[in-house]
Amino acid sequence: MSSPYLRRRITNALAMVLSTLATMVGLAFLAWILWETLRQGISALDLKLFTKITAYGEDGGLANAMVGSLIINFIGIAIATPIGVLAGTWLAEYADRTKLGESIRFLNDILLSAPSIVMGLFVYTIIVLPTTVLTHGSTTFSGFAGGVALALIALPVIVRTTDEMLRLVPSTLREAALSLGVPQWKLTLQILIRAARSGIITGVLLALARISGETAPLLFTAFGNNYMAINPIEKMSSLPQIIYQYANDPGDSMHALAWAGAFVITMFVLLLSLASRLILSRTKVSHD
Amino acid sequence: MPVNQAALPTDILEQRSHRDARHERLFRWLLKGCALIVLAALLGAAGATLWGGREAFSTFGWHFLVSSAWDPGNDVYGALVPVYGTIATSFIALLIAVPVSFGIAVYLSEVAPAWLRTPVASAIELLAGIPSIIYGMWGLFVFAPFFANHIKPWLTSNLGNKPDDGKLSWVAEHVPFVGKLFGSDYPFGASILVAGIVLAIMIIPFISSVMREVFQTVPTRLKESAYALGSSTWEVSWDIVLPYTRSAVIGGVFLGLGRALGETMAVTFVLGNAMQLSASLLDPGTSIASTIANQFSEASGLQKSSLMALAFLLFVVTFIVLLIARLMLRQLARKEGH
Repeated sequence: MSSPYLRRRITNALAMVLSTLATMVGLAFLAWILWETLRQGISALDLKLFTKITAYGEDGGLANAMVGSLIINFIGIAIATPIGVLAGTWLAEYADRTKLGESIRFLNDILLSAPSIVMGLFVYTIIVLPTTVLTHGSTTFSGFAGGVALALIALPVIVRTTDEMLRLVPSTLREAALSLGVPQWKLTLQILIRAARSGIITGVLLALARISGETAPLLFTAFGNNYMAINPIEKMSSLPQIIYQYANDPGDSMHALAWAGAFVITMFVLLLSLASRLILSRTKVSHD
Repeated sequence: MPVNQAALPTDILEQRSHRDARHERLFRWLLKGCALIVLAALLGAAGATLWGGREAFSTFGWHFLVSSAWDPGNDVYGALVPVYGTIATSFIALLIAVPVSFGIAVYLSEVAPAWLRTPVASAIELLAGIPSIIYGMWGLFVFAPFFANHIKPWLTSNLGNKPDDGKLSWVAEHVPFVGKLFGSDYPFGASILVAGIVLAIMIIPFISSVMREVFQTVPTRLKESAYALGSSTWEVSWDIVLPYTRSAVIGGVFLGLGRALGETMAVTFVLGNAMQLSASLLDPGTSIASTIANQFSEASGLQKSSLMALAFLLFVVTFIVLLIARLMLRQLARKEGH
């Protein structure tokens, strides 16, 4: 065997081993993180997590944080979904290949990975500060402000999936409707969005998965609250914020509560991404 | 009345088409307004942080960027320490994540048997879905102690300039800088290096999935020609696939960098939050995002303004990085279109 040939063989074998190793390293870290979250989370699971509030400290649970997370996420999705779907529709149906459309599509992709903490500060400036001034300090941080911050993070996800899903709808559908004299707005609302419905729902689920673990933007908007708050104009606790607070606490029992919260969030996010995958794979089959 | 019978339908039709046109206009404006909110969010975030940071910028001027002071007692603030921490952790993250992601992408597109590709790829993508606070907790409670017990002692005694037994290793004595980089008498794991590693794990799925996606756009006949000429799998990956997809690969790397720069939670937990400038990667530090997360709710006056100014810097830098990323990625999309 000639030596350059041998060298090439060795280089190749080495590269193959290294690339396999890289994949195994990635998978190993995934397994390590999930395993720790499951192990520590399950051992900390307790009924009081769901019944008691955080005001009791280490004897308490996470009930107010869970309720707060649900409310804030709901506000975020409720704001981002209509805006995101309509904006995505505009990009796909009205502004495709126009200059403004292309730039907004491009900027939306940037917003998709913009630092979430800056979005938190933005909402702090436009909602928390004005309400503080207008109410003379009686309303400062609020669950609503947290919801708006999360909406800004969910928005680009929904815009993008709506845009992509609408562009997958066959143009024969549009032509058929238009030839029957259906106005374009009716075509868009009643036919195209319906045809792309499952894809759009997937986008909303992905956005929900994305925001339900967000912590940074909530620190200066919803702030946190050790008591049960239902009214969105009050300060509101959320699971990620409580995890952040408890993990930085020196007490071990607080850490256990933080792990329990981490476990709940991780399960929620994994279930969401599983659900969105299922919906998407089902639609792919039905389109074929 | 035949006249009326004839007039009625056209009347209705005319009314209807007027109504449709009106609805159409309204609908267009509504959609366009929603799309412009995306634009408003970006401009607003930049504007709000710039406005919030105006006091800091006007008080310190350009000095804000190069000053390492952060002293709430004397009300003097500079961005250097958090900026250094952000850049150092992101750089370490890229140093680790880029080769690993490339390996994963090559494995998934060239090496792995076909039946294994989809499950492994979805598992790696699962990593991208885990919330960053989970990475932070895992880093704080699991990885940082592991690092402090098993990896750090080896690094300090074999590479660092402050080994526990006082004996300098050959590397620390003869290779410049290395001793400083790995010398530390800080007893805990939380450090710039650990933050960089946790960030690397976070951005690997982003970079590798972009790389894998763009590797799949390489025309099969190109690869097959190379194989037919006797190329090995590695040569096809390195000499054919990588050059063909170069700009998009760089785009993917910048996308990962953008994520790493702006990441808050995963970093805050494992960086140690020390406002100090240390040459050692094993010492604690701080980053822009974690400084804001830690201090903003208790800050007021000039300190709050300085934090806003930091956020503005972060936003502008990530915006530019992500802009480059998207432009690079778009080049490949264009190529694909032809």
